[in-house]
Amino acid sequence: MTLEIIVGLVVLAAVVLAAAIAVRRRRRLQAVGAREEATAVDEVADRVVGRLADRAAGSTERSTVSLRDRLSKARTALTGSLGSALERASTSTEAWTEVTEALIRADVGLGASSEIVDAARSRIEAAGHEPSAAKAALQTELRERLEGYDRSLARRSDGGGPSVWLFVGVNGTGKTTTIGKLAKREADAGSGVVLAAGDTFRAAAADQLAMWAERSSVHIVRGSAGADPASVVYDAVESAAARGADLVLADTAGRFHTEHNLMAELQKVRRVADKGSGVVTETLLVLDATTGQNGLAQARQFTDAVDVTGVVLTKLDGSAKGGIVVAVQAELGVPVKLVGVGEGIADLVPFDTLDFVEALFA
Amino acid sequence: MFDTLTSRFETVFSRLRGRGRLSAEDVDAALREIRVALLEADVNLDVVTGLTERIRQRAVGEELSGALNPAQQVVKIVLSELTASLGGERLTVTYASKPPTVVLLAGLQGSGKTTNAAKLAQWFLRQGRSPLLVGADLQRPAAVEQLRTLGERAGVPVFSHRRGPVKAASASLAEATRTGRDVVIVDTAGRLAIDAEMMDQVRRISKAVRPHYTFLVVDATVGQDAVNSARTFHDTLALDGVILTKLDGDARGGAALSVKEVVGRPIAFASVGEKLEDFEPFHPDRLASRILGMGDVETLIDKAESAFEAEQATETASRLLEGTFTFDDFLTTMQQVLGMGNLRSLLGMMPGVPRELRGAEIDEGRIGRITGMIHSMTPQERAEPDIIDASRRQRIAAGSGCRPSDVKALVDQFKQMRSAMKGLGGLGGKRMAASKARSSQQAGRPGGKPSASKRRGSGGRTTPKGPVPVSKTPLTLPGLEKGEWPGLN
Repeated sequence: MTLEIIVGLVVLAAVVLAAAIAVRRRRRLQAVGAREEATAVDEVADRVVGRLADRAAGSTERSTVSLRDRLSKARTALTGSLGSALERASTSTEAWTEVTEALIRADVGLGASSEIVDAARSRIEAAGHEPSAAKAALQTELRERLEGYDRSLARRSDGGGPSVWLFVGVNGTGKTTTIGKLAKREADAGSGVVLAAGDTFRAAAADQLAMWAERSSVHIVRGSAGADPASVVYDAVESAAARGADLVLADTAGRFHTEHNLMAELQKVRRVADKGSGVVTETLLVLDATTGQNGLAQARQFTDAVDVTGVVLTKLDGSAKGGIVVAVQAELGVPVKLVGVGEGIADLVPFDTLDFVEALFA
Repeated sequence: MFDTLTSRFETVFSRLRGRGRLSAEDVDAALREIRVALLEADVNLDVVTGLTERIRQRAVGEELSGALNPAQQVVKIVLSELTASLGGERLTVTYASKPPTVVLLAGLQGSGKTTNAAKLAQWFLRQGRSPLLVGADLQRPAAVEQLRTLGERAGVPVFSHRRGPVKAASASLAEATRTGRDVVIVDTAGRLAIDAEMMDQVRRISKAVRPHYTFLVVDATVGQDAVNSARTFHDTLALDGVILTKLDGDARGGAALSVKEVVGRPIAFASVGEKLEDFEPFHPDRLASRILGMGDVETLIDKAESAFEAEQATETASRLLEGTFTFDDFLTTMQQVLGMGNLRSLLGMMPGVPRELRGAEIDEGRIGRITGMIHSMTPQERAEPDIIDASRRQRIAAGSGCRPSDVKALVDQFKQMRSAMKGLGGLGGKRMAASKARSSQQAGRPGGKPSASKRRGSGGRTTPKGPVPVSKTPLTLPGLEKGEWPGLN
């Protein structure tokens, strides 16, 4: 199957893209004078629809979404009003719609929200409770789903060389800042910490990490700009081994999970970090609490590529709820291990299920 | 993952083919699917409500046209509504009569302010201006160093001041006047909308520099919370526009719709990659189809244009349709396609890819093996795969570390695909040739008036009277549109 897909896709891409490029060039040549905006809009719609014309609706399978049409009801209140809304809700349908919406607003996602609400609903209806108990039932349901994971950060137990914690994620989620804070925490707890400035791509990323290293007086290993990140991490591991340090925190450049080559580079970093005296005991995906449904795609691809062992949920001190981690844990079984709640060096805390669930509805 | 909206609608509408108008009930059935699609794209719940109401009003009573089925017609309405919502008024930068023109960038942490300050500076440079970058982010360690490095790369000077962000910003105006820079771009620290102290700081920066343009930098991966922060930033700073970043991933970018709705100001620029040049004026139509998960054809073509040598790609495609495609062509094409990103994400961007294929696991490791096998062939074998017999297979397999059956599978697949494409070649080849002729013809006649009749299927002809009508459906290569994927069945 795979072979067919690759051969077919390559050929198809060749033909379609060549045709498309030719057409676009032609269109550019024709673009004399600006078109009316309204016609442009219609044309775009025409074009897309035209292209979709006559395509067989291959599948009739649908997702099991139980979002009610009541969704269209005008709402201005934010999630804070949920509690009172639930008490007012006269029918159970209304109550459940309210909680589904609250979850969606917290970025839990349509699929996961519906599933969780359905489960909570059957649980409470089986027990013969009133619909006003919806919120409590939902919190219990969520807690039970999130609990039962080991959220400790693993170290090697064989007494050998350093343990390596590798930090990965898309751009701007807070990898460097998280490492900065964690360096302080682990150093204060008595570990010998070495930082690896594996982000050799972003301008001044190594400088940023170096400032954090200074704040917590730990050693940092950095390469020149544009250096091979794998070699920087390798050097850091060897340097840690030589100084008898037991923990290496390795930074990597932010990258989109869709970039094939950059993901391959990350796999190499992961492999090389294991090669010398060190062992990678944690690969932590840094996710930003403001991230929406794309967070799941990110988690999926990074887990595929480098076997993510835990999530660091950053920027949870804002108004965003970070609900996407519920779906991430449900689908991939990867738990949140740390939570970032501010820019200060101490603003990194362990994940607490109860607090997180409470905050989802706050 | 997610079916295209049209095929979802087709299920909804299968009952009502052939009626005259869209009734309220028909539209309601479709609206549910629209809501689902918008929510999965991270459009805010309240914004979804407003949008679907507008779509309802436009769609109910709409006369069904002969050309489109009801599903397609609703999709068309949805797309044009989304495009209109995202677009509307455009932002045209006008320059202050008394320079410098001041631009202020604000946003959450990690949304890409510093990178985009440099991108914007380079954009101004391309407009013939001489910008000055101002580092007013003294919060994040090394943010100013990052800006300096980027400024150097863009060829734009960077100014900062250790005595605090407000001081740095206000002193920059005098610096711009002194050094004759006519645009000042102020990069501020990332801040949470609920952080009152930091919001007050950015207000004071804004007061000090009196910006002509204030842009909110918004990350395309942001979820439901986008409205809350956008509202607060707008209340604090009176935004003029939005810069949408991180469109190089596969996030649908529904947040842009939410922000546009809340702020009511245009999305001015989009950042589509990591390089400084990957920054362009915003295209509402592209984002609209992306939000609906309909494949982002334009972005795909963009990527193709940068990865492909256009002339070479056209050559290759014509050879393919003529049936003279070789393994060498295949290899080159494969490398170009891979240069555009991973195959799965490419599949995701192509419209109308059958569902089974969209979710297919593609083992990228196989690509290496295919490359290996082709490299182990002689030039003659690559040009004429028919000569590959059992002993040649044996040798190729040994050379590439595969089994002879793998080689056989590849060669068979290649030949099958080649003859399938040749079958299309009758029409397609002419069409391709005609299109080449047309483009050269029109290059010679820049004033040539294009007519846009809606011819379908058959290719155009070159007549002595001048350019032939241009088809508006560029991707309609015969056979491909109907889900017949040569060699894929």
